[in-house]
Amino acid sequence: MSTTAAKLSDDSHSQHWASDIYDVFKAQGVEIVSYVPDAGHTHLIKRCESDPEIHAVTLTTEEEGVALAAGAYLGGKRAALLMQSSGVGNCINMMSLVGTCSFPFLCLITMRGEWGEFNPWQVPMGQGTPAALTAMGIIVQRVAEAREVRATVLAATKLAFQSYCGVAVLLSQRLIGAKQFLE
Amino acid sequence: MQDASLLLNRRAVVRELLRERGTMLLVSGLGAAAWDVTAAGDHALNFPLWGAMGGAAMLGLGLALAQPARKVLVITGDGEMLMGMGSLATIAVERPHNLRIVVLDNERYGETGQQRTHTASGTDLAAVALACGFPHVRTIRAENEIEGLRSDIQQMDDLFLAVVKVALTDDPLALPPRDGAYLKNRMRGAILGADAILR
Repeated sequence: MSTTAAKLSDDSHSQHWASDIYDVFKAQGVEIVSYVPDAGHTHLIKRCESDPEIHAVTLTTEEEGVALAAGAYLGGKRAALLMQSSGVGNCINMMSLVGTCSFPFLCLITMRGEWGEFNPWQVPMGQGTPAALTAMGIIVQRVAEAREVRATVLAATKLAFQSYCGVAVLLSQRLIGAKQFLE
Repeated sequence: MQDASLLLNRRAVVRELLRERGTMLLVSGLGAAAWDVTAAGDHALNFPLWGAMGGAAMLGLGLALAQPARKVLVITGDGEMLMGMGSLATIAVERPHNLRIVVLDNERYGETGQQRTHTASGTDLAAVALACGFPHVRTIRAENEIEGLRSDIQQMDDLFLAVVKVALTDDPLALPPRDGAYLKNRMRGAILGADAILR
């Protein structure tokens, strides 16, 4: 990861909305958080890893987190999955679990390839993310303003766990700040 | 031709491993592993997959983290485990003391025409698990090793993976319920009580 990218995700703006997500996890009893890391999720991952009541699980590929969340729910615990938009395509078939079994599934996706993106390789999956999720029956909710993160993630969590469905919150690249290697 | 040293009968192995299983939770990978488990007796604490190939071990990890007081057994096939090989690294890093994985390895994709899997050409899933950091792995080829495996599955207080080399057999289908929502609620009810699915 570039120094610039790390700086972007460490700034106070990012910490503010990431802390809002962490607060929702705590209030809603999310005890297992799995992820393939993204710079945009840096602060949230740090908060989860330093909380002894949250089990933070690093994955080799995002689809592992879909199955992990299903298993956790079977055992009575709530899980959330964090990823970058490029990870959505890795989950497609595993998301059959969500629809077929009506598993609650909460996924927070930091977006690439949509707002001031400098890396063309991020664009196809970033642009395809909402359609790919929708194709698998996952409800997509987007948030672009820091002040809306808390309410959106809270509503998504309630929707997922109270209505037994899959919900993905797309944290827009505009919110996170477009990553730049060249200034 | 399958290796002539593969003699163990998968149905008999699974039936023995699940004897007197107590409150142990079970996830089975799709296909023959799910039929084997069902032939041993459908059970409310079974979650037999009909899809989600490559996900059985991770479902087991989720259950193991959520239910640390219970043993969690994943029974799957070599093809399914090969698809989820990265999860062996994830699981080894977590090292849940109550999770155990049994791979019934017949070196074939049994449901689709007996095509060879990579294990027929030398890929060793026990060695993969060991290299990923599993504290205990073993490969079983003989019937007299099954009782020890059953005992470890039920009692060992650490993560382990066993590859059981099994013969190519043409077993009668033993299909578990197909309705995923039913299977989910049945298992949650059996673990957490009826309240968990009624409120």
